[in-house]
Amino acid sequence: MELALVLEKFILVAIIFGISLVTAMYSTYAERKVAAFLQDRVGPNRAGPFGIFQPMADGAKMFMKEEIIPTQSSGLLFIVGPSLAILTACIGSAVIPWGQKLTIGSRVIDLQVTDINVGILYIFGVVSLGVYGIMIGGWASNNKYSLLGAIRAASQNISYEIAMGLSIIALLMLTGTLSLRQIAEQQHGFWSNGWFTWNVFRQPLGFIIFIICAFAETNRSPFDLPECETELVGGYHTEYSSMKLGFYLFAEYINMFISSAVMATLYFGGFNFPFMHHLGLSENLVTILGVVALFIKIIFFIFFFMWVRWTIPRFRYDQLMDLGWKVLIPLAIANIVLTGVFATIFK
Amino acid sequence: MLHYYLCNMEAQSLPVNYLPIIFQMIVALGFVFTTMLATHKLGPKRSTKDKLTPFESGIEVIGNARTPVSIKYFLVAILFVLFDVEVIFMYPWAVNFRDLGSDGMIEMFVFMGTLLLGFIYIIKKKALDWD
Repeated sequence: MELALVLEKFILVAIIFGISLVTAMYSTYAERKVAAFLQDRVGPNRAGPFGIFQPMADGAKMFMKEEIIPTQSSGLLFIVGPSLAILTACIGSAVIPWGQKLTIGSRVIDLQVTDINVGILYIFGVVSLGVYGIMIGGWASNNKYSLLGAIRAASQNISYEIAMGLSIIALLMLTGTLSLRQIAEQQHGFWSNGWFTWNVFRQPLGFIIFIICAFAETNRSPFDLPECETELVGGYHTEYSSMKLGFYLFAEYINMFISSAVMATLYFGGFNFPFMHHLGLSENLVTILGVVALFIKIIFFIFFFMWVRWTIPRFRYDQLMDLGWKVLIPLAIANIVLTGVFATIFK
Repeated sequence: MLHYYLCNMEAQSLPVNYLPIIFQMIVALGFVFTTMLATHKLGPKRSTKDKLTPFESGIEVIGNARTPVSIKYFLVAILFVLFDVEVIFMYPWAVNFRDLGSDGMIEMFVFMGTLLLGFIYIIKKKALDWD
């Protein structure tokens, strides 16, 4: 019994791990296709039909490249940096509920690696660890551009973490729980008691603050100053080559996937979709449709990340800091006050 | 027993609920380790002395990269610690918001008011001005 459960969890972890890697791989392809579409180009189209084998070719290239460890760098930390970056990106998915319960024979399988009651705090912890990977890598490179990029990244990530934490507090006041599964279940269906059940309709300002902070936390454009080519060559990964560089780039895409999943779960109903309990379908089918619905939401958010990247120019550093500290933090605090007053008046 | 705890998770989480996170870490560590080893073995090794110097736009490397940086970054880090601790204080309150009612809300607003005073102070001190 216990062994079966451990095995089940391992299989679930492996499947989710595989899905997040494949999603990250195809995000790189999608990014180039979206960029091409927005700039009226064709994009990658040589490897396979429509270039769909491009990510595999890129991956193989990364493996076959020469590994360079500069003599002036700190050897061990130079390797630890990218490893930590991808490790923290990979463990964030453990608390995300991918669907409702699936019944196979007599077994009830929870489509979530684990439902801990501090789910959101766990995600926050993992996100904060992400900055170590960049900081260690940038420091260990012993290169001026790398160090500047790493310091920028650290400073930016910690600044936006405060606004992100504050925007979540307003949401927690309404949900009353930190468990991501319970938050997803509270948003059951689409409409009940005369209002939308999805949290985005209860917390519109909180969601806008959260998504801006998610852009900054994943170092995505318009907040990609740590890797600003015009000023810092390659930013914190200037000295990196082969799969170590690949890890840094890959970690960004996995983070994008995870933060899209978190946004979909917290604000857009997670695995819920409209009329899910009025269709009269079997429970397993509803569960599977729920997983599909969640992935459609995630893919939309990933597309949104790319859309913004290829539309909005990069911020200047003082603008970035001003936005984080002087706009988002006061706005988030105002959002908490407003939520508190509203929730007390309209119980 | 284990199955019971993993499948009937109410508000309580037990240490056993955290076990699958360890599983995930094991899988992730295994992936990172094998990939690092593979890329180390697969790539060519034709290193020269010049190739292994730090990149500095093609000129001779001048000095050490680890020079002092602007104090502003340090200030931001210190302010982050301050504010993040206060944000963490608010989490238990936010989760129990409904039970605490309007009294709890007013108390928290007083706390947030003092926090805001500190925030106004650092802005007046120009601690967050970058120029």
